[in-house]
Amino acid sequence: MSASPRIVSGRPPRGRAIAPHPGPSGDVDASSDTIRIRTRGLTKRYGDLVAVDDLDLDVHAGEIYGLLGQNGAGKTTTILMLLGLTEPTSGAARVVGLDPARGPLEVKRRVGYMPDSVGFYGDLTGRQNVRYTARLNRIDRDEAEETIGSVLDQVGLSDRADDPVETYSRGMLQRLGIADALVKDPDVLILDEPTTAIDPLGVGEVLDLLRRLVDEREMAILLSSHLLNQVQSVCDRIGIFASGRLIGQGTMDELAARFGDGRPQLEVGLELADQPEWERAASLLGAVDGVVAVHPGPRPIDPWLVTVRDRDEVAAIRTAIMRVVAEAGLPLVSIRSVVPSLEDIYRRAIASPMPPRDARGRP
Amino acid sequence: MTAAGLRGTRRERSVPHSGWMVVAGKEFGDHLLSVRFVVLFIVLGLAAAIPLYFAASAIRAVASSVTDAQAVFIALFWLAPNVGAGGVSLPSVAGFLAYVAPLLGLAFAFDAINGERAEGTLPRLLSQPIHRDDVINGKFAAGLAVIGLVLVAVVGAIAAFGLIRLGIVPAAPEFLRLVLWVLVTFVYVSLWLAFGMLLSVVVRRAATSALVGFGAWLLFTFFGGLIVSLIGGAIAPVTGSAEQQLANNGLQETLRRLLPDTLYREASLTLLNPQVTSVSTPATIGGYEQAQQRIPSLLSLDQSFILVWPQVVALVALTVACFALAYVTFMRQEVRA
Repeated sequence: MSASPRIVSGRPPRGRAIAPHPGPSGDVDASSDTIRIRTRGLTKRYGDLVAVDDLDLDVHAGEIYGLLGQNGAGKTTTILMLLGLTEPTSGAARVVGLDPARGPLEVKRRVGYMPDSVGFYGDLTGRQNVRYTARLNRIDRDEAEETIGSVLDQVGLSDRADDPVETYSRGMLQRLGIADALVKDPDVLILDEPTTAIDPLGVGEVLDLLRRLVDEREMAILLSSHLLNQVQSVCDRIGIFASGRLIGQGTMDELAARFGDGRPQLEVGLELADQPEWERAASLLGAVDGVVAVHPGPRPIDPWLVTVRDRDEVAAIRTAIMRVVAEAGLPLVSIRSVVPSLEDIYRRAIASPMPPRDARGRP
Repeated sequence: MTAAGLRGTRRERSVPHSGWMVVAGKEFGDHLLSVRFVVLFIVLGLAAAIPLYFAASAIRAVASSVTDAQAVFIALFWLAPNVGAGGVSLPSVAGFLAYVAPLLGLAFAFDAINGERAEGTLPRLLSQPIHRDDVINGKFAAGLAVIGLVLVAVVGAIAAFGLIRLGIVPAAPEFLRLVLWVLVTFVYVSLWLAFGMLLSVVVRRAATSALVGFGAWLLFTFFGGLIVSLIGGAIAPVTGSAEQQLANNGLQETLRRLLPDTLYREASLTLLNPQVTSVSTPATIGGYEQAQQRIPSLLSLDQSFILVWPQVVALVALTVACFALAYVTFMRQEVRA
């Protein structure tokens, strides 16, 4: 099942239909089988500083939700409130149906958490560190050994498990952190910056592991990161945080529709020999019905971008371009529709004006 | 290996809450394997062994003339031996331990909480299904266990040495005195353990809190008496008359009792030495004369204990206060530093 090819972007919506935005006044206790994390109006103030402002968040079983935002945007504070490690100033949160502010023990029993810059006891081995966590979760000894071996294997640390942690690299510590969060067999996994120090190949493995956990175990994963590529490649839904507020959330497509410039684009790769060919191509492409604008690449070898009038016309226009270019005898190298990168979306979202508070249904 | 392998049997987790025991177990193991444990054992052993050797010689030399045969064995602990021709007076075994004991408490607590913060393990630890106070309670319990272990081991070694070298078997009252003394010493070391715990909560860096603890140890144990003399001299200056001398003494004694070190020394000496019949110097000339005329006698154990009951209670109260302060501060701290 995990052998399915990695789709880097444009992942089709997963099995369940997910509302693009939570209802403005949804009850935090409204029953739903699939909701694992739900917050309504969650707010945390430190004196005058509003760390988290009126947060409405839903994370379902079987999805990876990415929290995106700059340092100090309120991601970690949100996570701490979800675990009952800090009390919200106002608002409510439910994690696996429980209120973390009132019953943190049961929440922490069922939620695996890996903190930002996770630390371990340096003089103990990786296995001993995870064993301590297992004991704190009161997992039966024999069963614990089996589970510990299994989670260390999953994060690829089996061969170093019995070395002291002080000999580990930062990336290995993060892997151990994920193993540590998994040892309690959680229903929800909360990962704060899980892959910042892992090497690129390792990141792929870790993200695959997360995807497997979600697909096979129906786990819900909330991860915060500032690494846009990773968030884009692994998250089903994304929430963009800025100065304590969630300024946009949804799937990549939904975010693209909201924060993209709205018009779909096609990328057309042409191998053009000289200036006359270049001009011919420009006029040909511009003449195709439904094409709004043509942007040649900055260098001759770069693909051209063609802006299309409407999303429904993309397929037809692609066929039309291929025909026109072939008839004109121009060498066509590639043609594909452009998915806006999360980076573009993120930039626009951060730059866009904050939605006024009363627009969200509350004073 | 697949994630499905994890699912296995869904665990029943209805075990009653005892997170502090897990924390304490781990900390206790860490302490026993730590370098500081070995170092302290050696330091404490040396601190006891040097005066012990001389005290034993002194006792053998005067064994027949020591006031009462009943209390010879325990004299091993309180006798301050004279060494060499000049008669340099060494502190007794108990006196030496009173100097070193605070270090024992500080060493196992000064980095309890801030060490976890520095290693980045605190958020992970607190996100496990335990109460927040389990962390500090468990660490305190582990510290107490280690202290108890060290004290019993050192005192046991001293007693064994005495048995072999002096050939005197302690009588039951002596043995009880010894047990009570170990308990009071345990409380005194716990006070420093609680103080170290407080430092580890309040001070962010382990090195700084070690330094502060060390400074407090020097201040209370070595300089405390000097400062008390200074204050006493300033408030009740001595110009010649006996009344003034007595007033000065009384004031100094009161001030000195503010130091935990004094409380412990008074309790310790009185419990060990049945010849000690008073912990206070007389407040009037009459009282002074009376004390001089008193026939030397031995106090029974219960009388000795009644004499130092206030000191013992004060030590327990200070320990509780220190730990309570550490506890409350820790509970109110944010998880993130």
